[in-house]
Amino acid sequence: MTFIDRPVAIGLDLPRRDGAAKVRGTAVYAYETPVENPAYAHPVQATVARGRVTALDTAAAEVLDGVLAVLTPATAERLASTEDRELAALQDDGVAFRGQVVALVVADSSETARHAAALVRVTYAQEPHDSELRADRDDLYAPERVNPDFPTDTVEGDVAAATAVAAVVVEQTYTTATYHNNPLEPHATTAHWEPADGRLTLWDSTQGVHPARTAVASVFGLDEAKVRVVCPYVGGGFGSKGTPHVNVVLAAMAARAVPGRPVRLALTRQQMFSLAGYRTPTVQRCLLAAERDGRLTALAVDVVEQTSRIKEFAEQTGVPARMMYAVANRRTTHRLAALDVPVPSWMRAPGECPGMFGPEVAMDELAERLGLDPVELRIRNEPVTDPQTGKPFSSRNLVGCLREGAARFGWSGRDPRPGVRRDGDWLVGTGVAASTYPVHRMSKSTAVIRREGDRYVAEIGAADLGTGTWTTLAQIAADALGVPVERVEVRIGDTDHPMATVAGGSSGMSTWGSAVVEAARAFRTRYGAEPPERAEASGSVPPADDRWAMHAFGAQFAEARVHLDTGEIRVPRLLGVFAVGRIVNPRTARSQLVGGMTMGLSMALHEHSVLDPRTGHVVNHDLADYHIAANADVAEVEAHWLDEHDPHVNAMGTKGIGEIGIVGTAAAVSNAVWHACGARVRDLPVTLDKVLPALEDPPGR
Amino acid sequence: MKPFEYRSPADAAAAVRSVAGNPAAVFLGGGTNLVDHLKLGVAAPDLVVHVADLLPAGIEELDGGTLRIGAGVRNSDLAADRRVRERFPVLSQALLSGASGQLRNMATTGGNPLQRTRCVYFQDVTTPCNKRQPGSGCSAVGGWTRHHAVLGASEHCLAVHPSDMAVAMAALDARVRVLGPDGERTIPFTGLHRLPAGTPERDTVLEHGDLITAIDLPPLPLARRSAYRKVRDRASYAFALVSVAAAVEVRDGVITDARVAFGGVAHVPWRAHRAERVLRGAPATEETYRAAADAELADARPADGPDGGNAFKIPLLRRTLAATLRGLVREDAR
Repeated sequence: MTFIDRPVAIGLDLPRRDGAAKVRGTAVYAYETPVENPAYAHPVQATVARGRVTALDTAAAEVLDGVLAVLTPATAERLASTEDRELAALQDDGVAFRGQVVALVVADSSETARHAAALVRVTYAQEPHDSELRADRDDLYAPERVNPDFPTDTVEGDVAAATAVAAVVVEQTYTTATYHNNPLEPHATTAHWEPADGRLTLWDSTQGVHPARTAVASVFGLDEAKVRVVCPYVGGGFGSKGTPHVNVVLAAMAARAVPGRPVRLALTRQQMFSLAGYRTPTVQRCLLAAERDGRLTALAVDVVEQTSRIKEFAEQTGVPARMMYAVANRRTTHRLAALDVPVPSWMRAPGECPGMFGPEVAMDELAERLGLDPVELRIRNEPVTDPQTGKPFSSRNLVGCLREGAARFGWSGRDPRPGVRRDGDWLVGTGVAASTYPVHRMSKSTAVIRREGDRYVAEIGAADLGTGTWTTLAQIAADALGVPVERVEVRIGDTDHPMATVAGGSSGMSTWGSAVVEAARAFRTRYGAEPPERAEASGSVPPADDRWAMHAFGAQFAEARVHLDTGEIRVPRLLGVFAVGRIVNPRTARSQLVGGMTMGLSMALHEHSVLDPRTGHVVNHDLADYHIAANADVAEVEAHWLDEHDPHVNAMGTKGIGEIGIVGTAAAVSNAVWHACGARVRDLPVTLDKVLPALEDPPGR
Repeated sequence: MKPFEYRSPADAAAAVRSVAGNPAAVFLGGGTNLVDHLKLGVAAPDLVVHVADLLPAGIEELDGGTLRIGAGVRNSDLAADRRVRERFPVLSQALLSGASGQLRNMATTGGNPLQRTRCVYFQDVTTPCNKRQPGSGCSAVGGWTRHHAVLGASEHCLAVHPSDMAVAMAALDARVRVLGPDGERTIPFTGLHRLPAGTPERDTVLEHGDLITAIDLPPLPLARRSAYRKVRDRASYAFALVSVAAAVEVRDGVITDARVAFGGVAHVPWRAHRAERVLRGAPATEETYRAAADAELADARPADGPDGGNAFKIPLLRRTLAATLRGLVREDAR
């Protein structure tokens, strides 16, 4: 790996290459792919949370004009692999969660399919279900590993002994809610089987065409060469399109059931709440012990969360606490309850996002107890090497972010007392929290560089979730080839291009960019400066340098206002400073960071999937009731970054910016709400009912 | 959705005849609520009769000063009307605090008060709901009740009425003009909606085929100093947790007259007569505001639920009423 020392195209503030097509509405998304004579599929979902389907009466649906097929466990094709039980659609009569698909209607129109689905009568042998996560359950278990492959528990030193002699101890329980990714574009697929040769094409809204192909080929027992997945544009995924969910399998099954006709399947917003993944609720018991000067002597984070009974997903909530601060005695644990609930999965910054809520509010509480500034408390606990691995950090600029953020935000001179600042009818406060996210680079991805006329073409099966890949990969290829960026064309989003890994773990640029750089180097080595037409070379991700601990860091500052009478909470200002390596494109980077922070604000104040334990389903399953921050909630959101040069992470020096923006935001907001009104809210979301008891009645004026 | 017949008759009388003659027929106004229900299966009519374009879409001033608002007037036009903004600011504010700009451009004056509850169990055909399917049970009892009633609910239904406009109308002594199969009649706005009791399937006193043609706002001088305060879980585009529509007249520090209604807390836009009685003749002080709230909330009953229930609405409404009245009195003093 050679570091790109003198970037030219990298760092340019270029508009998105796909921007105009999206604004004009000409960018084609999965569901609207032009195909001949499409049919439409609509799932029938279980209305019990656990049990067995004893009868499926499809007669009324089947006689409806326009209905082409009704697939049930009795009529659906047998899948080659049912190992992934989330994807084993219509293979047996078991019901493992409310909302599971028990039948599928295919019809000439989406309206007819939906109507027919409502006419399918399902009889169940219902069994008692258990869908409620509580930390005091007696059936919690330790998973073998936590996502993706971290140890479940870690212990270093002696937390109990250090706590017993500590000057100050903070020990509290913090909870984060269940969250649903809710991308604007629903999970959608257009599926087509070629009658002649049995090839399957899926136009699917996915974060990775190749991983999607691998999963689908396995489920249907197909040679991967017989499956093509195409996805030029994605209307948001946030992790929920990182692995295929059952809707993709259903679309392919439906298309095979109506030979010769492509089938479209888009989940409704309500269906996305049970079929497209979500973030587990977490219960975090956090302990911090410190000397009088603020130096931490012990830290423990014991996490309880849920998974489904049919498929385990263990969110790595305790992982960021393992490396965040210098503390000799540490314990982190994860325990799961396997419940009769839908299958949880990735959601933006799995692990770090919920896992930097409890500890970062606890740090604020510790600062309060010590009478120490919360910025200073964090600086005093800055480690020299990675506390978890002992390795040196490839770069670690948390302190720089905290200082730069404090200066930009106007933190100095802050009165630490809560509930003493007024502006009209509002109490005003400020808060801070740290952010972190690991630098991930996937081990496999290949790119091809080819000369076509006066242009260089870079092909790789990468994804653009709206993040900017179409544009930023061209910038990287331009610098790796030493040509102006206008002369580079990028082709992504198709399994006909070389294999690429998922857009997940903020690894996209670091992984695909590394492959592009290698391909460009191979190209120049082979063909020099004057390559012949159609000259072509490929390159793959080189091995990672594992001598370093590689992480991105950030500091987030929030101003919160709490209404004296009503307890309404507003956040007029969010400011984040990040150390995320080299920025490929400041425009798309800022958009990602601001977007992450906005999502963090939404998590802090609004988002909460409410599961009714009596039914086992999320009852606020639409965007009217599952609140995300609306425009009026999002005021000033500023993202800045340090000029960070890290030659160890990869050839570009990039660290990944897709997820860090959401990490720590909710803690900063909760800390600011405490500073505003004195209510310490440890359970997200921070809503007015949780601060009302702390407000004077009548308000002093 | 279930296929249905669609008609767009020439006049209101024909529309009423069409719906009255078919028990499975519905009126379609702006469609901002019904269209959702068609997709969700909450409504499954055989016949949809479009009336938004054939109802009066103007606001006229009658002799004596009453403002007659045609049922076809869109919410955004009503909110922007100069007479409404000057004489009934509470109504304009209520309208503008509801929904989004796009929805307000569609929603009609006649349709708005007839929108159905947003109770999550009502909107989900897989859960029992007495309002949707009489006798099936109320899932909100013991369920998620953050957005449910604390006043006037029954064991059969905890739903709240979602409209903001209706809360202002209830405070303003508005009157509803209705065209039915047997002709026209007028009913007080506060008599339009009904408490759920044992028959929550009936939101209002209207009979099948009754069509709202206009809403009359009689002159109400004190409403020139009126306000709508809506408290919700996000800054916009959310239904009220609680809301207050209020108008007060103050002389020499004494409240001489008042109109108060609450939203987000009952099956109906809740006219707060008890609070008004406390306010009339009392000094304009924090103690008075709280005594008024306490009088109205004496019979309030919170509901519990997995999310902590809705007991917070009682202190929240008390505080919101006080804040609203305080603001109006301050304005009055200027």
